[in-house]
Amino acid sequence: MLKPTDIANPDYFHKVVDCQWACPAHTPVPEYIRLIAHGRYSDAYMINWKSNVFPGILGRTCDRPCEPACRRSRVEDETLVKGKKEPVAICRLKRVAADYKDDDDINSKMPKAPEKNGRRVACIGGGPSSLTVARDLAVLGYEIVIYDQDPKLGGFIRTQIPHFRLPESVIDEEVGYITGIGNVEFRHQRVDSLKAVLAEGYDAVFVGSGAPRGRDLDVPGRKEAAANIHIGLDWLSSVSFGHIDKVGKRVIVLGGGNTAMDCCRTARRLGGEDVKVIVRSGFDEMKASPWEKEDAIGEDIPILNMLVPKEVRHEGGKIKGVLFEKVVAKYDDKGRRSLVPSGEPDEFHECDDVLVAIGQENAFPWIEMDAGVEFDKWGLPQLNEKTFASTHPKVFFGGDAAFGPKNIIWAAAHGHEAATSIHKMLIGENPEERPAPGVNVASQKMGIHEWSYDNAPTIDHRLKVPHRPKHEALKDIMAEVELGFDPQLAFKEAQRCLNCDVQTVFTGQLCIECDACVDICPMDCITFTENGEEKELRTRLMAPAMNPTQDLYVGDGLKTQRVMVKDEDVCLHCGLCAERCPTGAWDMRKYYIEMTHAEHACRKQ
Amino acid sequence: MTYIAKPRLHHPSLVKNKAGFTRRDYEGAVSTLCAGCGHDSISAAIIQACYELDILPHQVAKLSGIGCSSKAPTYFVGASHGFNTVHGRMPSVMTGANLANRDLIYMGVSGDGDSASIGLGQFAHVMRRGVNMTYIVMNNGVYGLTKGQFSATADKGSISKKGVANSDSSIDMVSLAILMGATFVGRSFSGDKHQLVPLIKAAMDHKGAAFLDVISPCVAFNNHAGSTKSYDYVREHNEALNRIDFIETREEITTSYDPGTTKIVQQHDGSILRLRKLGEDYDPSDKVSAMKRIQEGMHAGEVVTGLLYVDPTPSDLHANLNTVDAPLNTLNAPDLCPGTSALDKINASLR
Repeated sequence: MLKPTDIANPDYFHKVVDCQWACPAHTPVPEYIRLIAHGRYSDAYMINWKSNVFPGILGRTCDRPCEPACRRSRVEDETLVKGKKEPVAICRLKRVAADYKDDDDINSKMPKAPEKNGRRVACIGGGPSSLTVARDLAVLGYEIVIYDQDPKLGGFIRTQIPHFRLPESVIDEEVGYITGIGNVEFRHQRVDSLKAVLAEGYDAVFVGSGAPRGRDLDVPGRKEAAANIHIGLDWLSSVSFGHIDKVGKRVIVLGGGNTAMDCCRTARRLGGEDVKVIVRSGFDEMKASPWEKEDAIGEDIPILNMLVPKEVRHEGGKIKGVLFEKVVAKYDDKGRRSLVPSGEPDEFHECDDVLVAIGQENAFPWIEMDAGVEFDKWGLPQLNEKTFASTHPKVFFGGDAAFGPKNIIWAAAHGHEAATSIHKMLIGENPEERPAPGVNVASQKMGIHEWSYDNAPTIDHRLKVPHRPKHEALKDIMAEVELGFDPQLAFKEAQRCLNCDVQTVFTGQLCIECDACVDICPMDCITFTENGEEKELRTRLMAPAMNPTQDLYVGDGLKTQRVMVKDEDVCLHCGLCAERCPTGAWDMRKYYIEMTHAEHACRKQ
Repeated sequence: MTYIAKPRLHHPSLVKNKAGFTRRDYEGAVSTLCAGCGHDSISAAIIQACYELDILPHQVAKLSGIGCSSKAPTYFVGASHGFNTVHGRMPSVMTGANLANRDLIYMGVSGDGDSASIGLGQFAHVMRRGVNMTYIVMNNGVYGLTKGQFSATADKGSISKKGVANSDSSIDMVSLAILMGATFVGRSFSGDKHQLVPLIKAAMDHKGAAFLDVISPCVAFNNHAGSTKSYDYVREHNEALNRIDFIETREEITTSYDPGTTKIVQQHDGSILRLRKLGEDYDPSDKVSAMKRIQEGMHAGEVVTGLLYVDPTPSDLHANLNTVDAPLNTLNAPDLCPGTSALDKINASLR
């Protein structure tokens, strides 16, 4: 028998907001999308800023775990949208908030550091995780020192992401909001010894040094042709700082991740005319985000799959091309893939330059073996997954340095968690006890048939972000390709959001079991029936609930002893159940769920 | 009443029936009735029944009179024919329509005011004549549109929302329908679609006058303690005599039941009503015992529901009048005017 759902547990309704639940930083997505629709860009920006620290940057570069989770991609009707089911363009709406915010308003809303509390925290690496730690702790009076080998803060964001995807001005602005708080010192200094940093008497050290080492190619001819073979990560960094400004006409990019996509598109802008990406795996298994592959293909860059580099051919120290072995994917009983030679003749591709983007690795040569930080067999630090504490009591990790290469939004999430741990530790609380999220519940009922949100779902298809014309974009490596939604497009796209944070809340004691909600529900989500085991119950609902990753909301307290079962999977949050309910047993309540960061994490301050 | 139309998005598993429509295609406009009105549940049951019967919407004619119930046809099977008649006069308009075009599926939707008060005479005669139709009374015992006065079906002794007891005897629509000659009579409850949907399907398939009295609580004026037409009262006093499975002729019978627990009624057209017994042994094809059981139920304060009476070999108005098979509205001059030679023959036979 299913137990009645405990809606007092904040996780229950949080999970219903699929995008927010999927976001590592748990950004309250529907709330800021509504604010964008209302033209309240600054407010939308601040919600993002609190939660993910880099709205303008993430609005262009985020890996968007929220979008595959979006409910719209489960409920759209292909025949109505005349295309496939698509999520709301959450990421690009975030950028709208950053593009159209009122800068004076934002500046006035930014926190300022209070008086110093006498404690000092070092952040190693100037990337997104360190910057997040700095922001969360600076507002509490900590003195923050950030170390980075590069002349400007930003880390990977600044060095690896091409400026045609992320203009430097956006990085400067959002890094500026953090340093502008006060109590944040940047030292342009490469760290060669953890011990030396600890010896400076910091109360805590946060390691956000990323995964800086690009994996190299190990095939015959690699050394001989070294002059024309570049590690993608280092090459992008050199381009970013202006040390490299041209490339050969024929370029081969090895690798199928986002770095490979950045490499090939950068090569097209530095004189590469015949640029191709060559990948070991199949097209669909490539690690690059689908939209980044799309953008690369759109710039006339073919992606060739199932080809493993075998040999670099060269003549007199000059590269001629790369020889590839053709492979096919074979799967064993456990579904594990291996690439085996197809037996077809090898393929030779001529080129002038090769960019190697076949993965990146963590490297901590600067952490001494006896510094007190233990590593696992993969070379990653041994960490408490909740607190991000290492085996050294004062040292915490986050971002790519913690669990290997991920992306910016994870770095921000890690930074928040590590900052909370550091703060708790330094005021004598147990970092293992994590703060509960803040939850604010408010009925959205305005009148008999009026709700304070736009409850009519649109059937509009996902809108495309306008791009700069290709011939212009390829001419200038600094010209941003995506132009962003304008306010009209942003409004239209924002209206596609289903407001999943406006929850259907059921009170069984008020229900007269008239079936009005069952009859009106467009998605056949609601059933009144005898209780049973979940697996069996899922089959005998108004419409079968075949997605076990989505909860059933079970309400009791009915006179007939039946239960109300609602399949959360496909609910449109249109509020018709509540609108047709004669007794108010259904109500639409907005659950604003916000993660608690260091600032409010502790009982005593 | 609601401000937004029902979204067009639907459950991904929604399937099309043999006619090529999903259940959602049988919906009508969004209801303007009060939230929680039993009538909306009956509309939903009609939608479900039409979907399951693979009905082509353009072959349905919905007729109604005046009242909350008579607004309901707007809210189901939107792509069909509709006629909102003068108060209480739906039966005669339906009789006329049926005479003119016997090929349509006729559905009369009315309420206790429209059928038991102003239209009581018309109600009696449409049953007598055996018009091939499904006549549904959405019965809530009050005049909802005029703020809750007792209607003619309100039980004697039931208490109004204002606290006044009803002193008049009630009209029992099912007894009246059986007496007047209806050949398919059932009673159900808007809050029990498992019982109601098969009853509507069987009634729509019945080739004669089919009548369903559906208790449909008025949430605004008749859902309080002391009412005998409230959700709680009907649930407590509901005495279901049977559950029917309606099986169309072309369907294969797949499930089997214990011989002692079901009763099969095979109708003239070959369709089968399988009655699952609930408790007592009840034979709905026996008119006299049906009348007796209904009266006993009334006496005991039960709300007797289920298929109460069915004549497996009904005859309808067209059979009684011996009309041609083709709908009368399709007959044209050559069919209707046989010509001089035929007239001469007739004249000669009279000389």
